[in-house]
Amino acid sequence: MLQDAARLKITRDGEIVLVEFTHRKILDEANIAEIGDQLVALVENEHRPKVIISFAGVDHLSSAALGTLITVNNKVRNHDGQLRLCNIHPQIFEVFVITKLNKLFRIYPTIKEAKESFEPQSKQSAV
Amino acid sequence: MGRMRLEKTTAARRPVDPSSTSHGLWCRLEIPSDPKRVEEVEETILSQCQRYSFTDRDLFALKLAIDEAFANAVKHGNRCDCDKHVRIKYRVTPRRADVVVEDDGPGFNPASLPDPTSDQHIECTHGRGILLMRAFMNNVVFSPSGNSVTLTKFNDSIRNKTEHSIAFG
Repeated sequence: MLQDAARLKITRDGEIVLVEFTHRKILDEANIAEIGDQLVALVENEHRPKVIISFAGVDHLSSAALGTLITVNNKVRNHDGQLRLCNIHPQIFEVFVITKLNKLFRIYPTIKEAKESFEPQSKQSAV
Repeated sequence: MGRMRLEKTTAARRPVDPSSTSHGLWCRLEIPSDPKRVEEVEETILSQCQRYSFTDRDLFALKLAIDEAFANAVKHGNRCDCDKHVRIKYRVTPRRADVVVEDDGPGFNPASLPDPTSDQHIECTHGRGILLMRAFMNNVVFSPSGNSVTLTKFNDSIRNKTEHSIAFG
């Protein structure tokens, strides 16, 4: 384990970094800012990061959290990396569909499928 | 930190009658402009909705919409000024929940906001709150000045029962 911060659990499996939330709600702006800072710092320390964010156990999400995910996605892209989201509760997935962010992010049902979706480094383009 | 003030507009308390559609009392809360205070507002309102068996999806929708309206009131209306307040007025009946969120700001024109789902704005990190409120509520109405929004959610458990009765007698 690389880090076990209050709101995020971050583990590494080879070159893949898995981020999981330790709280059910991602609503409050102060918490979201803290989560965003940790994720951005994580990406900035990686070369061509391959990051999976799992939403297992998360049952509420605000639009401010969506904004933070977009910031993290841009950071990952700027570092020639790849970001995948997975384990999104159907009600929260509806939030992604309504905002059309399901087309911006690559979303998979499980961590396994998210891992299998990563492209090899040589073929990798900004995603 | 200021305390939440709770007032009921009607003194008389009546027994809960699930068949009634209009006996809900309007309650008012006035709380300091602090984003962390939204949870107590949500808990207060959602606990009443649970009494009337609003569906899980209704509760999710209400929580999301109240959170977005409150965040807008604190951030955009009151500009994070802790000396200002957010006023909440709510009424829950067996059939519906109505929540009014009002801030101390000058208001805005919701029609002037860009479509956050457009190609031009899809990567903006803000501007999706009103879209989500409108998607998850049955009705969203802004006051003419724009510093107050009324959210309405119907109880889908009642609607489902009615539809079932019509279909199966």
